[in-house]
Amino acid sequence: MLEIKNLHARIVDDGTEIIRGLDLTVKAGEVAAIMGPNGSGKSTLSYILAGREDYEVTEGDILYNGQSILEMDPAERATAGIFLAFQYPMEIPGVATMEFLKVAMNEQRKARGEEPLKIPEFLKRVKDAAGLLNMDMNMLKRPLNVGFSGGEKKRAEILQMKLLEPKLCVLDETDSGLDIDALKIVADGVNALRSPDRAIVVITHYQRLLEHIVPDSVHVLYKGQVIKSGDKSLALDLETNGYAGVIGQAA
Amino acid sequence: MPAVQETIDRVRKIDVDQYKYGFQTEIEMDKAPKGLSEEIIRFISAKKGEPDWMLEWRLGAYRRWLTLEEPTWARVHYPKIDFQDIHYYAAPKSTPGPKSLSEVDPELLKVYEKLGIPLKEQEILAGVQKTEESELEEANDNVYKSGRVAVDAVFDSVSVVTTFKKELAEAGVIFCSISEAIREHPELVQKYLGSVVPTSDNFYATLNSAVFTDGSFVFVPKGVRCPMELSTYFRINEKNTGQFERTLIIAEEGAYVSYLEGCTAPQRDENQLHAAVVELIALDDAEIKYSTVQNWYPGDAEGKGGIYNFVTKRGDCRGDRSKISWTQVETGSAITWKYPSCILRGDDSSGEFYSIAVSNGYQQVDSGTKMIHLGKNTSSRIISKGIAAGYSQNTYRGQVSAHRKATNARNFTNCDSLLIGDQCGAHTVPYMEAKNATAQFEHEATTSKISEDQKFYVMQRGIPEEEAIALIVNGFVKDVIQQLPMEFAVEAQKLIGISLEGSVG
Ligand SMILES: Nc1ncnc2c1ncn2[C@@H]1O[C@H](COP(=O)(O)OP(=O)(O)O)[C@@H](O)[C@H]1O
Ligand SMILES: [Mg+2]
Repeated sequence: MLEIKNLHARIVDDGTEIIRGLDLTVKAGEVAAIMGPNGSGKSTLSYILAGREDYEVTEGDILYNGQSILEMDPAERATAGIFLAFQYPMEIPGVATMEFLKVAMNEQRKARGEEPLKIPEFLKRVKDAAGLLNMDMNMLKRPLNVGFSGGEKKRAEILQMKLLEPKLCVLDETDSGLDIDALKIVADGVNALRSPDRAIVVITHYQRLLEHIVPDSVHVLYKGQVIKSGDKSLALDLETNGYAGVIGQAA
Repeated sequence: MPAVQETIDRVRKIDVDQYKYGFQTEIEMDKAPKGLSEEIIRFISAKKGEPDWMLEWRLGAYRRWLTLEEPTWARVHYPKIDFQDIHYYAAPKSTPGPKSLSEVDPELLKVYEKLGIPLKEQEILAGVQKTEESELEEANDNVYKSGRVAVDAVFDSVSVVTTFKKELAEAGVIFCSISEAIREHPELVQKYLGSVVPTSDNFYATLNSAVFTDGSFVFVPKGVRCPMELSTYFRINEKNTGQFERTLIIAEEGAYVSYLEGCTAPQRDENQLHAAVVELIALDDAEIKYSTVQNWYPGDAEGKGGIYNFVTKRGDCRGDRSKISWTQVETGSAITWKYPSCILRGDDSSGEFYSIAVSNGYQQVDSGTKMIHLGKNTSSRIISKGIAAGYSQNTYRGQVSAHRKATNARNFTNCDSLLIGDQCGAHTVPYMEAKNATAQFEHEATTSKISEDQKFYVMQRGIPEEEAIALIVNGFVKDVIQQLPMEFAVEAQKLIGISLEGSVG
């Protein structure tokens, strides 16, 4: 589903190369974990997947279902089924969460040539999804992410993900800022989305989340490259021995 | 809240250079030759069958105007206006007093249809009652209540259709064109006209006093709550016709009225001058809400053409505990020069100003308010949201003053500016003056740019760039939108989306 080939990317503003020859393949139905120390380029990779203009791809390609997505803008990629749960979700003052959800869902429907959702149907979907995530409907009247706690923001991301039903889900440090109960709820939410036609990329630098969302593959990102891949035991290994060992091998 | 969705649909339908309301109708005009003189003023007055006192009042203003200079203090630039190159009178050849839709000029009905905003005219004229509440609106914390609206259409200077007159009359409310009021209710007009904006007030207001051709008149008697929203369309239709509307609204003791003004204008090459005067008078315990959605042609992509909008709007809280509230959404015009103000004369009176001013292309907006505290325990509130895009300049100019006897005057001012792109400018020019030590004035101002982070985040959910900006901007102006009656709120959100079109990429 996702094939990243020898990807090189730099910051447009100052030309600094952040992603330096990254290769990664994730199949439909797979849950891939990307781990790596702070500053290794995990968030940058997620932004580049989502089409952020601050980064320029200088070499390599990103194929999604066999097609290069490099020429697509973020909205087009989203509509094609790529979803990014942000490490730091943005506040959108004055736009009720509910309103935002409706616009996003209907925009995607429109792009696919579908009718906008009828209001009762929309409400039903939101209520169901919010219920599963243990979210209060009252919170959804508030402007998106404004004054939300760290945990509420992360839940709101997962709520959006559930409602938009993407095919490629990228979760950037969704576990940070969550207490153990919230972590479980969020992980259940993600697990419920596991399906043979969907790929999930979980970015984290702790093993903790992976106890709840058990990955099929684990990839270590360091200095803009995948330096080691393995199965879930690699995550455990990292937990016990730290990144130093892996980094040492690669160097 | 389907509004944002509609904004998106609307934005999609329109090409960049195509101003949606840029069409011309073919209603025959009956107009005065170009130029301004005592003769022209006599012609206007005679055309309207006015009494002598009205003619004298006009002539007095005209003589005064001859001694005045055009003001230059606003942050707007435009070529010198040739006041002799303007037609001061144009009237559709109307059959007098249409009694039903079938009697109304079909061209005019077509115009209504094309306007489509802020109300479906056909429905209104037919008296259709709307109920558009939904669970979603509730979920979104909206308090909008749909209702009926009476429309007094000002079609290039003359009121053509007035609806709902009967029901209003039963309530004792007078809602008609100012010309009709001059004929039918001369005592009221004579008593109040010019009592808030005197003929000598300023260059444009003085000009208006001399040559105003039409506008609306509202009188709500003591203790009456006007049973519906009152609405007027202003629409500039004839080439080179200066628009000099005059509106006078009086709410007697304990009365309440909500008035909506909305504008669209056809596209054209030459600049058009608009210099309206609006006077509001609220007596003891009365309340007037005045809402405007202004969407005149702003000029083409190079900034050519477009309306010059020099408006004087002022409300007089003449009575104790009276309240006047201005809400405006300004998206159109090449130049906007407009400061809806409140004179807080009565004790415990209050004034409000809620404003959204959107500028794009080469538009220049210099707008704001004055809150003049004269009575005791008076309060005022100013919420201004300026959005500048393209090469536009957007200035908030506000004045809050408390006079010597105005003990416990309170004001809260909040001015936020949002910049889209880096070729535009936002400016805040607040003046505060308290001659009474007990005054409490609070002022907050922010200027921000639409952040790339926000835009990326919104787009990541599948919302295309222009819609993403419209969504973020509509969030930014939400506090003001909520002050509008629902019909206008929906419309305003659409207009904001439309007017920001082409502001990116
Ligand atoms: N837009 C940017 N401007 C400047 N530096 C950036 C930018 N994006 C990423 N970086 C830098 O690139 C490196 C990788 O960052 P990031 O992708 O956030 O790492 P991670 O998510 O793995 O912690 C860091 O050194 C960070 O400071
Ligand atoms: Mg990160």
